[in-house]
Amino acid sequence: MRSKTFRESYEEDIRIFQTLWVRFWLVLFIVALLSLPLWADPYIIYMANISGIAIVAALGLNILTGLTGQISLGHAAFVALGAYTTAILATSLSMPFWITIPSGGIVAALFGILLGFPCLRLKGLYLAMATMSFGVVVEYAVTHWESLTMGVRGISVPAPSFFGFSLGDPGKLFYMTVFFVALLTIAAKNLARTRVGRAFVAIRDRDVAAGIIGVNLTKYKVMAFAISSFYGGVAGGLYSYTTAYLHPENFTLLLSVEYIAMIIIGGLGSILGSILGAVFLTVTPDVIKNVADLIGHRFVFFQGRYDEEWNVAVFGLLIIIFLIIEPTGLSGIWSRIKTSFKNWPFTY
Amino acid sequence: MAEGALYFIQLVISGLAVGSLYALVALGFVLIYKATDILNFAHGEAMMVGAFVCYALVLYGVDFFWAIVITMGVAMIFGLITERLVLRPMIGEPQFAVVMVTIGLSIFLRSLSGIVFGHDNKIFPSPFSQQSIAFQGLVLSYTHLWSIIISGLMVILFFLFFKYSRVGLSMRGVANDQDTAMLMGISVKRVFALTWGISFAIGAVAGIFLANVMVLNIGLSLVAIKAFPAVVLGGLESVPGAIVGGLAIGVLETLVGGYLDQLLPGVKDLTAFVILFLVLMIRPYGLFGQEEIERV
Repeated sequence: MRSKTFRESYEEDIRIFQTLWVRFWLVLFIVALLSLPLWADPYIIYMANISGIAIVAALGLNILTGLTGQISLGHAAFVALGAYTTAILATSLSMPFWITIPSGGIVAALFGILLGFPCLRLKGLYLAMATMSFGVVVEYAVTHWESLTMGVRGISVPAPSFFGFSLGDPGKLFYMTVFFVALLTIAAKNLARTRVGRAFVAIRDRDVAAGIIGVNLTKYKVMAFAISSFYGGVAGGLYSYTTAYLHPENFTLLLSVEYIAMIIIGGLGSILGSILGAVFLTVTPDVIKNVADLIGHRFVFFQGRYDEEWNVAVFGLLIIIFLIIEPTGLSGIWSRIKTSFKNWPFTY
Repeated sequence: MAEGALYFIQLVISGLAVGSLYALVALGFVLIYKATDILNFAHGEAMMVGAFVCYALVLYGVDFFWAIVITMGVAMIFGLITERLVLRPMIGEPQFAVVMVTIGLSIFLRSLSGIVFGHDNKIFPSPFSQQSIAFQGLVLSYTHLWSIIISGLMVILFFLFFKYSRVGLSMRGVANDQDTAMLMGISVKRVFALTWGISFAIGAVAGIFLANVMVLNIGLSLVAIKAFPAVVLGGLESVPGAIVGGLAIGVLETLVGGYLDQLLPGVKDLTAFVILFLVLMIRPYGLFGQEEIERV
């Protein structure tokens, strides 16, 4: 039986795997995940790939917005930079994915630093607007720099290969995605519980106070931008391989808002929250579609009424509802349920 | 007059016409920011909904003038409801959360309008003469002329409202210091609600005229994003700033469009954002805004 855990030292408190049971469920989860391509149908694998990409991007945004408290409305721009870097390196220089995806991340991170420095002075609304205008500029560049990005004609990305072994179909691509997602999740988790993460949180809670206790604001804010955009870039790289076709219309302001929705619904500043939110919002559109189909079967007038706008409307509604009712997001709900079970029958 | 100079003046005049509408949009932002310290990212959607309501009314055969009046009323009620349902629960929450809530509201309203009104472009049945006024080789359409006049009238109206009316005074009081205003017997909640109502009503008027100048579809709400640079340039809490900022952005955008569009197609739409970025870097509090001194 599991009882309330008592921690006796700081090391115990910040340990990633708090109890034996956590490890047990984690191992079970990993086994289920790795065997997914063996038993699941291609649609589920495709959804898993898309969710993985969303997880990486949401993790990045959560490091910047959730941990460090810097609002960004330009995360889609970093995803776009990573996606296009990957695509261009893969097509014109035919580099393998284990070079192109990290270089997508690095290019995005360089731009993140470039944006981070001028944004040091800005907070709140002003920062939101500055990052938004950065997003618009990148979107413009991607659309109009045709010699490099093929503009609105779009760019096709060849399937990645691993030493001559093609990773074309979703089942094999899945392992590539899982590798990057796992690596970056562990990195983010470790980042959050070490010195850098604590500095980020200090900046979020009160930047002046953080400065006084010795957090180098310039260094850590720029670092947050760099790390966040690196994650965005890697997500973009994965995206370009998964969809095999890039179009500027995929990287609009709406995508940035979608990532914001993910971290708000999942839980700001929480690694688990980024994962929950990303998966939740990736799956939601399909749930809505299926529900609409179901209603359409019952009621004739409803048939064919479904369109993409419904998803966006639901995203917006979810953002509002979560912010008003449950600001800690899904991860907050989860930890509340967990605590109440753990402390049962002493629920106070 | 020389050909080049004529072209330049023509661009400036068209820019002023567009800018007057930006100024009207910016006015809605400033009102809410001044009173409640919230930058309403959903203002564009309020505008768009207003334009759609007016369009529907005109289609039903309501006279254009009365359609505007009714739309303003509807928009005001809509603003009050929005404030009550979405913004009231957020009082006291961190600014970040409030910004996010308005972003959520904006995409919700935009897609809801897409579902209700459809995605096709609608041509607004314009009551204005399609001809334009020509003067010494310069042209200005009646729609633009009217939008300048209406914007000017609205600004004067608001100036008087804030200066002389009791409600306007209490709004200014709340904007200045909420606690003191409360101590003086002003209901801050009611002022907040009223601010949203009025801002939505102005937004609706701006939306109607924008729909006359452009086409009416859900993309109309994106114009509000272009009014951000105007608001920031003028200073977030300054009404005259919103006017100057709006006109300046309108003129600059048209000039860039007129001279650089051959070189870099589509660069016109980028201008406002580049200006926004530069203003934020150099003078984040804008031309007329209050400078908050805080070293980070």
